[in-house]
Amino acid sequence: MPHPMLVVEDLEKTFTLHTQGGTVLPVLRQVTLAVAGGECVALHGPSGAGKSSLLRCLYGNYLPQAGRILVAHDGRMVDVVAATPHTILDIRRRTMGHVSQFLRAIPRVPAIDIVAEPLRAVGVAAAPARERAAALLTRLHIPERMWQLAPATFSGGEQQRVNIARGFALDFPILLLDEPTAALDAGNRQVVVDLILEARRRGVAIVGIFHDREVREAAADRAFEMAAYAAAA
Amino acid sequence: MTNAMREPLAGYNFAYLDEQMKRSIRRAILKAVAVPGYQVPFGSREMPLPYGWGTGGIQVTASIIGAEDVLKVIDQGADDTTNAVSIRQFFARTTGVATTERTAEATIIQTRHRIPERPLGPGQIIVYQVPIPEPLRWVEARETETRKMHALQEYGVMHVKLYEDIARFGCINTSYNYPVLVNGRYLMAPSPIPKFDNPKMDRNPALQLFGAGREKRIYAVPPFTSVKSLDFEDYPFDVQHWDHCCALCGAADSYLDEVVTDDRGGRMFVCSDTDYCGERRTAGHVGAGTPVALAAEAAE
Amino acid sequence: MDAPPPLLQIEGLTRTYGRRIGCKDVSFSLWPGEILGVVGESGSGKSTLLNCLSAKLEPTAGRVLYTDRHGRAIDVWAASEPERRMLMRTDWGIVHQNPRDGLRMGVSAGANIGERLMAVGERHYGGIRREAETWMRRVEMDLDRIDDAPFTFSGGMQQRLQIARNLVSKPRLVFMDEPTGGLDVSVQARLLDLLRGLVTDLGLSAVIVTHDLAVTRLLAHRMIVMRRGEVVEAGLTDQVLDDPQHPYTQLLVSSILHP
Repeated sequence: MPHPMLVVEDLEKTFTLHTQGGTVLPVLRQVTLAVAGGECVALHGPSGAGKSSLLRCLYGNYLPQAGRILVAHDGRMVDVVAATPHTILDIRRRTMGHVSQFLRAIPRVPAIDIVAEPLRAVGVAAAPARERAAALLTRLHIPERMWQLAPATFSGGEQQRVNIARGFALDFPILLLDEPTAALDAGNRQVVVDLILEARRRGVAIVGIFHDREVREAAADRAFEMAAYAAAA
Repeated sequence: MTNAMREPLAGYNFAYLDEQMKRSIRRAILKAVAVPGYQVPFGSREMPLPYGWGTGGIQVTASIIGAEDVLKVIDQGADDTTNAVSIRQFFARTTGVATTERTAEATIIQTRHRIPERPLGPGQIIVYQVPIPEPLRWVEARETETRKMHALQEYGVMHVKLYEDIARFGCINTSYNYPVLVNGRYLMAPSPIPKFDNPKMDRNPALQLFGAGREKRIYAVPPFTSVKSLDFEDYPFDVQHWDHCCALCGAADSYLDEVVTDDRGGRMFVCSDTDYCGERRTAGHVGAGTPVALAAEAAE
Repeated sequence: MDAPPPLLQIEGLTRTYGRRIGCKDVSFSLWPGEILGVVGESGSGKSTLLNCLSAKLEPTAGRVLYTDRHGRAIDVWAASEPERRMLMRTDWGIVHQNPRDGLRMGVSAGANIGERLMAVGERHYGGIRREAETWMRRVEMDLDRIDDAPFTFSGGMQQRLQIARNLVSKPRLVFMDEPTGGLDVSVQARLLDLLRGLVTDLGLSAVIVTHDLAVTRLLAHRMIVMRRGEVVEAGLTDQVLDDPQHPYTQLLVSSILHP
C-alpha cells in the first residue's frame, strides 16, 4: 500500500449527555482505518452506524475519547485528536477539505465568494480565486445570474452544489465528503463523480459517505464497513 | 496718566496677602516658570472680590508686586472698565504703588481678555486672569485623566475641536482662548484673549504669568519662549482681519471693537486697546471719525 | 514556513474584587488573523476578562503578553503606562457594547473617525477627511452623514461608526464587547457580515465577548466558555458548539434554538 495520507487508530467516540442525567451514548469503538493518496474510501453501514460521527471526528468537529487520527500535514503525520485548535485550523486551511451535508449559508455573502473563500484563506488573490470559483459553479450548473446572490434563498440542491464547489475550490490533499450528492439530479451527480475521480488522479485521499449506490460504485474504490466498529448496541 | 505712589491702607499687609501666602504663591510661580505651560496647583485664597473677577490674577500680582512697581490693569483692552478700575484701586490702596494706563510705563500689567498692542519689553510682566486653565476640559472632564494626558503629551484630541470647526464652518472658527503649545511641550489655554493676540505670546520678551483663582492653578510662559497655536497643515493658523481701520486713530493693525452708536444701525470700529489708540491720536493719527453705516449713507 | 508567534498570550489571568472572583486563572493564546469568542452568561466574568486583556483593568495575577509589529513581546501590565496607552490608541481597538462608551456623541462622525489619526500626529485636514470618508464607505455609511453627530444615528449606524473609528488606525487586535447587543436581528446580521468581511480583509485578530452563540459561530475560529469566572471549556468553535463536553456548555448549547 502506498504511503497513507490519513490513518485512524483505535478511535473511540462516546457522547455523555449531562443534561439528560449523564446518559452515555457510545458511537464508535476501536475504529482503525488507513487511506492512501488517490484512494476513495466509502463509509458504509446502516443509519446510526456512526458514519457521520467518524467523518466529523476526522475533521476535528467531534472530540474523540481515545485513539489517534493521523493526517499528513506539512510533511509529517499530525494527530488531530491531540492537536491544538490552532493546528486543526491550519490543517483545515491547507490540508483537509470538508463538504458537509448542508451548506451553512452566511447572510449577505454571495455564492461566488463562499466558493472562493478557501482560496482567499490561503492567500490567493481575489481575481484568480473568483475565476476558479466561477469555473466550478459553471461546471455544477449554477447559472451565472445567481453567483452574486447569497445562497440562503437557493433550493436545497443549489445550496449543495455551492457547497461542493467550495469543497473542491482548493486542491486539498485530503477530502471528506458527507453525502455530497444527496439532493442532486443525475447530471450533477455525474459532475460530482467526475470531480472525485479527477481529485483521485491528483493523489487526493478521500473519505466519503455516499448514500447513492451508483455514485459510491463509480467514485469509491473500496467500502469501509462501519457495522463492525459501531459501538451502539 | 501715571498716578504717583501714596501711603498704603493702614491695617493691611502690603498687597493685602500676608507674606507667607505671597511666598507660597511665588514658589508656585517659580515652578511654573521652570516648566513653561505646566499648570501648578496653588492654595488660592478668598479675595475681597468674587471668583470670576480676576482673583487668580490678583493673587499673582499681589505676590510679585513691589513698592517700586508701576501697575496697569486692563479689561478687554481698556483701562477704564469696572473690573480694571476696581482692581487698580485695590492695589493702589493696599500697596500704594504707582498705577498707569500707559503700557510703556508699566512694569506689571494685569489683564483680562487682551494683550496690549504695543510690544512688551524685557523686564515687564503681564499677568493674565484665567477662568478655566485646562485646555483639555473640553474633551475630558476628569482632572485625573487630563493630568495624565499632559504628562504623556496626548494632545491629538485637541485637533478634534479644530477639525469640527473646519467641517462646520469651513475654517477654524475658534476665535478666543485658542489653544497653544508652549515650548514644544505643554498644551496651554492662553486665557480668553482673542486669537489675534496669540502671535504676541510667541517669544515675547516679557514674562507672562497666568492665575486661575477658582481653579487654583498658576502657569507661566518665560520670556522668549515659543508659543505655537495649534492648526492643520492645510488650514494654517490665522488671526482676525477687519475691513475697517480704527475710526478714531486710523490704526489698521490693531484689534477692533464694534461699537453701536445709535438705534439706526450706526456702528463704528475702534481700537480695543484704549492706551494704544490714545497714544496714536496724541501723535496726530486720525481715523474716519464717523460711524461706518452713516459714512456709507453719506457716500451714496 | 515559519509559524508566527502568538499575537496575544494570556497566562493565569486572575482578577478578584475583594473576596469575589471576577475571573480566575484564564490562559490562552491568540494567533494573527484569529478570532476568539468568549461566551458565558452575565456575571460569568467575561467582561472582567476583556477589561484585563484590553489594559483597562489591572489583573490581580497573571500576565498578558502582546507581540508588537516588530516582533517584540510586551508584558502589557509590566509595561509603562505611556506604552500601554499608546498600544490602546494604535495597535488595538475596542468596540463597546454601548456606543456611548466608544464614541464622542457630540462631535461629528468624521471627527470621531479622524481622532485616532490626529492622536498619532496626522495634521492634514484634507487627508484626515478623505480617510474618514474611506472608512464611512467601508462600514456602509452614507457619506452625507459625515458632519452629523452620532446621537442623530441609529444604533446600528453608531456601532458601524464605532468600528470605523477603531479600524482607521489599522489596529492588529480588536476587542469587542457584545458588538451586536441591543440591535434588531436584521441590523445584527448586517453588522456581523460587515465585521466578518473586515476581519478577513484586514487580517485582524479579535477577542469577541458575547452571550450570543450564533455570533460566535459566525465570527469566531475558537471559543472559550466561562462560568463563575473560570473557563470551563475551550476549543474550536464548531467543536465546542457541536460536541460540547462540559455540562454547562451542553446546557448553554441546548438552551438555544439554532446555535
